[in-house]
Amino acid sequence: MFFFIRKEFLHILRDRRTLMILFGMPVAQVLLFGFVLNNEIKDAPIAVFDPAGDETSVALTNKLAASGYFHIETRLRDAGAIEPEFRKGHIKMALVFPPDFGRALAHEGRATVQLIGDAGDPNTASALINYAQAIIADYQMAYNQRTGAPVGLTAGTRMQYNPEQKAVFNFVPGVMTMILMLIAAMMTSITLAREKELGTMEVLLVSPLRPIQILLGKTIPYLFLSMINAVVVVLLGIFVFGMPMRGSVALLTAECFLYMFVSLALGIFISTRAKDQMTAMFFSALGLLMPTMLLSGFIFPRESMPWVLQKIGMAIPATWFNPIIKGIMIKGVGLEVLATQTIVLGGMAVFLLALSLKNFKDRLQ
Amino acid sequence: MSPIIARDLTKTFGAFKAVDRLNLEVRQGEIFGFLGANGAGKTTALRMLTGLLTPSAGAAEVAGIDVFRHPNRVKQRIGYMSQKFSLYEDLTVRENIRLYGGIYGLKPAVIRSKTERILQELELTDHQHTLARALPLGWKQKLAFSTAMLHDPAIVFLDEPTSGVDPLTRRQFWELIYAAAARGVTLMVTTHYMEEAEYCMRVSIMAEGRIVALDTPGRLKARFNAQTMDETFRKIAEWGLRSGDMGD
Amino acid sequence: MLSLHRLSKSYPGVSALQDISLEVRAGELFGILGPDGAGKTTLFRILATLLLPDSGSGRIDGLDLVRDYRAIRRRIGYMPGKFSLYQDLSVGENLEFFARVFGVTVAQRYDWIRDIYAQLEPFRTRRAGALSGGMKQKLALSCALIHQPQILLLDEPGTGVDPVSRQEFWDLLLRLKATGMTILVSTPNMDEAAKCDRIALLQRGRILALDVPDALATAYPLPLYAVRAEAMYPLIRDLRGFGPTARCYAFGEYAHLALQTPTPESAIRYFLESKGHRDVEVFPIPATIEDSFIHLMEQSV
Repeated sequence: MFFFIRKEFLHILRDRRTLMILFGMPVAQVLLFGFVLNNEIKDAPIAVFDPAGDETSVALTNKLAASGYFHIETRLRDAGAIEPEFRKGHIKMALVFPPDFGRALAHEGRATVQLIGDAGDPNTASALINYAQAIIADYQMAYNQRTGAPVGLTAGTRMQYNPEQKAVFNFVPGVMTMILMLIAAMMTSITLAREKELGTMEVLLVSPLRPIQILLGKTIPYLFLSMINAVVVVLLGIFVFGMPMRGSVALLTAECFLYMFVSLALGIFISTRAKDQMTAMFFSALGLLMPTMLLSGFIFPRESMPWVLQKIGMAIPATWFNPIIKGIMIKGVGLEVLATQTIVLGGMAVFLLALSLKNFKDRLQ
Repeated sequence: MSPIIARDLTKTFGAFKAVDRLNLEVRQGEIFGFLGANGAGKTTALRMLTGLLTPSAGAAEVAGIDVFRHPNRVKQRIGYMSQKFSLYEDLTVRENIRLYGGIYGLKPAVIRSKTERILQELELTDHQHTLARALPLGWKQKLAFSTAMLHDPAIVFLDEPTSGVDPLTRRQFWELIYAAAARGVTLMVTTHYMEEAEYCMRVSIMAEGRIVALDTPGRLKARFNAQTMDETFRKIAEWGLRSGDMGD
Repeated sequence: MLSLHRLSKSYPGVSALQDISLEVRAGELFGILGPDGAGKTTLFRILATLLLPDSGSGRIDGLDLVRDYRAIRRRIGYMPGKFSLYQDLSVGENLEFFARVFGVTVAQRYDWIRDIYAQLEPFRTRRAGALSGGMKQKLALSCALIHQPQILLLDEPGTGVDPVSRQEFWDLLLRLKATGMTILVSTPNMDEAAKCDRIALLQRGRILALDVPDALATAYPLPLYAVRAEAMYPLIRDLRGFGPTARCYAFGEYAHLALQTPTPESAIRYFLESKGHRDVEVFPIPATIEDSFIHLMEQSV
C-alpha cells in the first residue's frame, strides 16, 4: 500500500503541469477573487440637475460628493440633458432635485429627490442608488436633529432604459456576450489541435497549402455557424427574457460578426499553441472562461478593481463587446457612441489573426 | 492438471463475436505460441485468460483456479506483460522493480536481492537510475519481462512482447523465455512474427475468433506442405479467403 | 535525386539521428531497414521537410531541404507512419480533397492511380475510418500519388496491415517503380527490405551499412552454419561454449552458428553429440540480411 502511495507522489512531482495546477492555481485564484470580489464602487461619475441650487440641495450634493462613492461629472442645465448623458455613457446615475427643494423641505416638511440609474449597467446602478439612498437618509437624520422638526426626505428611484426594473437587464447581456465567445473560441481552439493529434496535420503541411489558407479555411465555416448561434442567442434574449431591441438590427449583426471573428481568432490562436485537443480545451476553458467572467465587468464592476486588473480586463474582447450589446439593445445607440469599442475589437481581430499566422508552424517542431 | 485450460471460451461485443468457443489446454513447462492476424481475437482471448475481461460464455482455468469466479486469485499466480509496456515511464529502472515488488507483496529484502539479480542479468546496473522512458526499446521489453516474473509465477502471459524490437534484442528476449521454461514456467506468447512460432513447442492459429490449427510447428508445416511457419500461415490465410470470406 | 550529407538530429536526452549520409538515384526503390526507435520516422520527417535537422544538409531534386522546402513539398508524395487521412470523410472525399490541395482533380489523374484505386472504387462512399488496414493503406497511397510526385516517401507502410495486403502493397510499389518513380520506404521487416534495390540498415540513429540486399548478405565475413537438434535452448547454450564460435542465435527452426575460424562440420557435430544432443543437423548456409544486421549491431556496440 505504502509503496503505491510513494509511486503516486513520484508521478505527481515529476509532472510539471500537475504541479502548476496544484499550487499555482489556488494561489492565483485566491488573489484574483480577493481583489475582484469587491462590490464597492468609488468615484462613480454622476450628473446633478439642481434647478434651484439652494443651500439644502447644495449641502446634500456635497455630502454625496464627499462620500467617495460619487464624482460629480456634470451639472446639468435642463432636464432634457439627462438622457443624452446616459446615452453617451458619461454618467452612471443622475441626481435630480425638484425646483423648490429647499423651500419644500423647510415649509412643507417633505421633499423628493430623483435618483436615476443607468440600466445599461444595472449592478452598478443598483449599488449606486443604494449608496445614495443611504446618504440621503443620513442627511435627513442630521437635518432632523438640527431643526428639531421631522421632515420626510424621500428618494424616488428610476432606472433609465428599464423603467419596469426587469431583472434580465442585469445578466442577460453579459451572459450572451460570454456564451457567444466561449462557444466560438472553444470550437476553433480544438480544430488545429485535433489535426495535430490525429496526424493529419503532417500531410496538410507537406501540401502546397499556405498557412493563411489553412487558418482562414478553418475559421470561415465556424464563423458561419457562430453567426447562427449568435442569432439564436439574441432572439432568445429578446423573446424569452424580454430584452428590448432599441437599436439598429444591422449594426447589431455587424458587431456580432466582428465579435465572433475575434473570438474565433482567439480560439485559433490557442489552437496553434496547443499540442493536442485536451491542452486546447484546458487553455480555452481556463484562459478564457475565468478571466471573462471575472474581469470583463459582466458580474463585478470594473471600476472597483485594482488598476492592474482593470488593465488586464482591457485585453479581453468581452469587456469591449458588453457595452456594445447593451448599448444597442438597451439604449438604442449607434456607432457614434460605440466607435471606440468597435475599433478596438477590429484591432483585436487583426492582431489575433496575425499572431496566429506568425505562430502557425509550418513544420512539426 | 494443465496450467491453462479454456473450454468453449466465447466473447461477444454486441453483434460481433470476437472469440468463438475457444478450446485449448497448455501443458506444464510448455512454451505455447498463440498466433493469428491482427483482429483475429488473440488479445481478447488473452485478456479473458488473465481475468481482465469477463467472457460471454464458456470457462477458463488457470493454475487450477476458475478465472471468472476468482480473477484476483489468478492474478497473484500469473505474470502478465502487455504489448504497451507495463513500466512506468517516469520512474527509474530501480523504482519500477521496487514498485512491482511491492505490488506483488514481496518483502523488502527479497526485492532488494531480486533487483540486484535483474540488474546484473540484463546488464542494467549502470542505468539503474535512468528513467524508463529513456531506455531503448529492447531493454524496456526485457525489463518489463523481468518485472512480470518478479514474484516467480508459474504461468506467464506475454502479449506481443517483441513487436518492433530489433532482431538482436528479439532473440535475447526469447532466450529469457527459454530460460524461464527450463525452470518449469509455463508461458503463453502471442506474436505476429511467424519465425518466432518456431521457438514454441506448440502453436495455435486463430482466425475470426476461432482456432483453425493447433499443433507443433513441425507437424503444421508438414500438414500444409510448407517450409516455414510463415508459409504455413500464409497458406492458411489464403485457404480461409478462398473458402468464402472477403477480407473487407 | 536525393542526397543527405551528415545529417543529425537530437531531442532532449536522445540523439535520434547521427551523421546520416546517403544518396538515392532517380527511379530507385530504396529501403531504410531498422527496428522501432532506430530513427526512421525522424529521418522521413526531415526528408518531408517537416522537421529541421540540427546539422548537416540534404537535397531533393537539386533543392535544399531547409531553404527550398516549399518547392520540395510540391514534388514529394508523403505517407506518414500512422494513418493520417480524415477518418470521418469518405474515400472519395479524401481523395478529392488531396487532389484539390495540389491543384488537380481526381478525374484528371485517374489513369495515373487507376491500378491502386481500382480496388478502392467499390468503397468510394465508405468513411475512411471504417476501412480495413490494407484498404486504408491503399487509400493513403492514392492520396500521396494523386499529384504525380517525383519522389515518394513511405514511412512504414506495412505496419498494422495483414500479410496478404502487405504483399499486394509491395507489388504496387514495384509497378510504380517501373514507371520511373523514385521511392523511399522504411520498414522493420527484413523480407520486405530485401525487395528494394538498395537498403540502408539503421540502428539507433546510425547507418550500419548501405548496399544492395544481396551484397549485404554476402558481405557477411564469417563462415555460417545452420544447426539443429532436439531442443533449441540447450543447443544454443552449448554452442556458445564451443571454442570457435563467434556468435550463435536462434533463427526459427535452426540456430545460426557463426565461427571465428573455419571448422569442419564433423567437428561441430562431434562436439554436440558429445554433449548429448540427438538428431543433430549441421550444414553451411549463405548469410541473410538479418545475419548481417545482427553482426553489424554487435560490432557497433
